[in-house]
Formats: sequence, structure tokens, C-alpha cells
Amino acid sequence: MATIKVKRPELTAGEKIYFGSIFKGMVITLRHAFKSLLGKSRGAESFNSSGLGITMQYPEQKWDEHMPDYFRGTPALVTDEQQRERCVSCQLCEFICPPKAIKITASEIPAGDEWARVEKRPQAFDIDMIRCIYCGMCEEVCPEQAIYLRPDYIVVGTSREEMVHDKDRLYEIGGTRVGLVNKWNELK
Amino acid sequence: MDQTLLIATAIKIGVFLGVTLTFVSVAVIFERRFSAIIQDRVGPNRTMIPISILGFKKDFALPLGGLTQPMADGLKFILKEDFTPSYVRKAFFWLAPCMTMVPALITMAVVPFGSPMEINGTIIPMAVADLSVGPLFIFAIASLSVYGITLAGWSSNSKYPFFGGVRSCAQMISYEIALGLSIIPVLMVFGTLNLGHIIEEQVKNGWLLLPLWNEGGFIIGSGYWGHEGVLMRLALLIPLGITFFIFTTSIFAETNRTPFDLPECETELVGGYHTEYSSMKFALFFLGEYAAMIIGSALIITLFFGGWSIGFGIDQMLPTGAWWVSLIHIGCFLTKVTVFILFFVLVRWTVPRFRYDQLMDLGWIVFFEAALINVFLTALVLAAPHLEWYGTVLGFALLIAASVILIKIAKSVTGSQAPARA
Repeated sequence: MATIKVKRPELTAGEKIYFGSIFKGMVITLRHAFKSLLGKSRGAESFNSSGLGITMQYPEQKWDEHMPDYFRGTPALVTDEQQRERCVSCQLCEFICPPKAIKITASEIPAGDEWARVEKRPQAFDIDMIRCIYCGMCEEVCPEQAIYLRPDYIVVGTSREEMVHDKDRLYEIGGTRVGLVNKWNELK
Repeated sequence: MDQTLLIATAIKIGVFLGVTLTFVSVAVIFERRFSAIIQDRVGPNRTMIPISILGFKKDFALPLGGLTQPMADGLKFILKEDFTPSYVRKAFFWLAPCMTMVPALITMAVVPFGSPMEINGTIIPMAVADLSVGPLFIFAIASLSVYGITLAGWSSNSKYPFFGGVRSCAQMISYEIALGLSIIPVLMVFGTLNLGHIIEEQVKNGWLLLPLWNEGGFIIGSGYWGHEGVLMRLALLIPLGITFFIFTTSIFAETNRTPFDLPECETELVGGYHTEYSSMKFALFFLGEYAAMIIGSALIITLFFGGWSIGFGIDQMLPTGAWWVSLIHIGCFLTKVTVFILFFVLVRWTVPRFRYDQLMDLGWIVFFEAALINVFLTALVLAAPHLEWYGTVLGFALLIAASVILIKIAKSVTGSQAPARA
């Protein structure tokens, strides 16, 4: 078989002088800057850019429409299609919660209630959002599928008390969840 | 002494100091925003006036695109804890930041900011000190700032700042040679060291690197070509271009900017010579560095791009001495400085940092020789009209021979300091 001798690539005189590459580099940097100023940087559109570079300027612009369905934000309680609180105060989430952010006060359901058969519901259900680490273990452990990580991610407050989500707030975030387990449902 | 002159000088000192310090902060915000734009970011654009700490409901946002950021930065520097480590050499530790900032501010004194203004019949030059040794004064004072950085490195009594200080010392002294030698062709062309006269010469005959007009008119007209010495002026563009390149690069090295910012090379030396500094003392280093950058840009502009002149023959149409003309010229000067600062930033994000031995090789072997050859080349071009043709040819032959020998010598030492390859 014939041997083909390949010549090693060598630096040309222009490359040795080095100035050409510096100039070329500056042109590239400058072109990048102009594109950035015009909001035409690569990826500016898909990143929902504000028109300067590819940065989205947060409080005015939000990522929400690009948010994937599986995004796991704040934990929240849900009701089923008949507006029944799904939570039965088993307190599994309270015990599994790694940062100990959940605090549940359980209570009996009085005999005359429509859902008296369920026996228990939370009287108070507090999640301290300063402690919560969004691990999703509460969602995983819940036998009643009552607690979910919702796509909401804006949790703000000016005091520690404001950062604690109480039961009303949790149901407000969670809303109604249809389907899934219908253990206590007459329709089943 | 004339009273008008005295008062005017006092005002000038105040105004120039104020303008320079303001311009430092403007340079900082320009650098941050332009860096951001280069990197597809937005940069600091929403600094607010924090009136909420006075009890108001909301902070007050000025629609200035982040121009209030330097104020916030300055306030932060003042309010931070000024921590002095226990192991430093206190007196020098305190002295060093001042030694960095003061020379940078003093050098500003000789740079003309605008055209001379006429007040009460007295013509007042728009430079604090209209010295007849302008560039020499700048080099003399600017080289003092090396003491600040070296002292900072040494007095910190800690190894990384020390390395930074030593590096900076060697670097600044090395590049001063290239700086001083490279400027000689410019001085030969102008025949004066007074920066004011240099600019006035450029107003008449075109900027040094842009001789598009002269006393005869624009380059497109016949008056331009009929003017005496026009061919020599164009031939001079070659050595002057080399001068400009060497001078600008040396200024980058002198001001410790990338690609020559080895004294504060974060990846190797933590923060370099100012690692142990905090609060206002660090701010003084910061200030000194940016002031040096501004004075460097101002010098480049004054020597190569006509200083305060608008150029293109517009200056001759404006009345001399009127205050508004001076103001326009000051604005023009500041615009040019801003452009140059943006150029500094552009280079910062384009050229990667040099290795230290490469930096030294570039200074001592490439620039020193190139500047030396350039001096003789300029002399030859300037002398050519007075020599017979064989004189010129002989001169060129001699120059080429000398250059070849110089380059041979230079090549034999290149890379002798480089780290050994495995």
C-alpha cells in the first residue's frame, strides 16, 4: 500500500504576526455587541429576550408561557371535583418533610357533615416557605394525592409570618384537581 | 500675576478634578454596560435612589439606564468596613492607594481639554498647566504610580499581593521604555512637546493618523495636493501607524488593563496587589486604575486624533476664543475619550491574557526594537526631501541592514525565558 506523506500544517506568516487575528477577534466581538444591542443575538427569541442580549428582565417579563408542565414550584393543597378537601390529616407529609416546613393540626369531621365518613380533615395546615426546599417528598408520600407541587414560583413577603402559607392560601394556589383517586367518592 | 489668570486656574483645577473623577465613574458604568452588551447581557440598568429608607413608600427610579449605578458603587465603598489585616505594614499599606491615585490625577493637569477661551481679553488655555514638556511630564509622573502598586503588594505582607506587586513593577518599568521610544517619531513630526501646540498643528494639517485635510483644503480638492510636503505627510503614515500601535499597546500595559493585567490576574493571584484592601482604600486603587486609563486615552487622542478638535476643517470656521466654542471642544474631547474607553473594553473582551514571559518578550524584544527602528525610519522620511536620491536609498539600505541585525539578535533571545516544555 502506498504511503501518503501528509504535510504538517504550519503557521503562515500572517498567523505568526498575530495582529490579523487580534483584529479579526475585535471585529467578531464588535459584531456580537451590535447584534446584542439590536436584540438579534443567537437564542434571543427562544429565551424571551428583553431586546438587549438574550436576557429576560424579570419582574416585567416572565417565563410563564414557556414553563413546562412538570415544573415543581410551591407545594399546595388541592380539592377534588366535589370541592372536598382531599387532605385527611394523616400527617405523613409533616413527618417526611426534610426541612420540617409543614405543620398540620388535625381535627375530626363532625357527624352531620357530608363527608363525615372520612373522619378527619386538617384544621390548620401551614407550610413555612422559608424552610421549604421544594423536594416534592410531601407530594410523593401523600396517600390521598392531596398535596401537589404547583408551577407557582413567586413567593414573596416582607416578614417571616407572611412567608408561611396557611390552609386558605394553599387551597387558593392548589385549586381543584379532577380525577386520580376517588376513594371517598360516592360516584365511584 | 494676572488676577483673571489666577482665578481661572483655580476654577480649572476644581472643574478638571471634578470632571475627571466624574468621568471615572462614567467610565466604570460604560465598561460594565458595554461588557454586558458584548456578553449578551443587560448589565446594571435599574439602580434606584433608595428614598424608601427615608420612609417613602417606593424607591425612586430615574430613567437613566443605570447611570446612577456609580453613585451606588461609591456609596457602597464608603459605607463598607475598612478592614486592615493585623499583619500588614501599616504606614505603607495606607500610603499605597494614595500613591496610585494621586499621580494619575496629577498627569491630567497638562492635557488640554478644550480650545483656549478668551475671558476679559486674557487667553486662557483649557489645561491646568500649559507646560512646554507635556508628554515628558506625563511619563515622569505616571511612572510614580508603580510605587503605589509595588508598595501595596509589599506592605500587604502576603504572598499573592506580593507577586502582583513584583509583576506590576517589572511590567510598568519595561513598558515605559517602549512608551517613551515610540512617542519620539510623533515629537519629531511636530517638533514641539507642548500638547496645546500639537493639537493646534493637527487642527490645521489634519489629525496625525487622519491627514484628510491641510491648510490647502480637503483631500478631494486640488489645494490639498498642492500643499507643500503633502507626500511626505502621507508617507509618514507608515511609521506613525507603527508608533500608534506600539504606543497604544504600551498604554494598555502601563494601565494594567487586559490583555496585560497580570498584576491582578484573578486566576493566579486571587486579586493581585489589592487582595488585602477593602472599602475606600480599594476604591482608591480602582479610581487610580480608571484615571490612568482615562489619561492614557486622553494622551492617545491628543497625540494621534487631534485632541479637542472636531476636525475636517470645521474648527477653522468657528470663532476662536468664544466660550461656547470651547465648550463644544470640551464635549468633543470627552466624546473621543469615551470612544477610547469603549475600545479598551472591546480589547478586554477580545484578547486573552498573556503569559508573563510573553509579556516581557513583547515589551523588550518586539516593541523596544520596533520603536527604535521606527525612530530612524521617521527620521529618514523627514530627511528625504533634503537628501539626494542616493542619500535616501543609502539611508534605507543602512536602516534595513540594521533592522535585520536587530531582528536576528532579538530572535536569538526570544523565548529564552519561556517555561521549559516537557
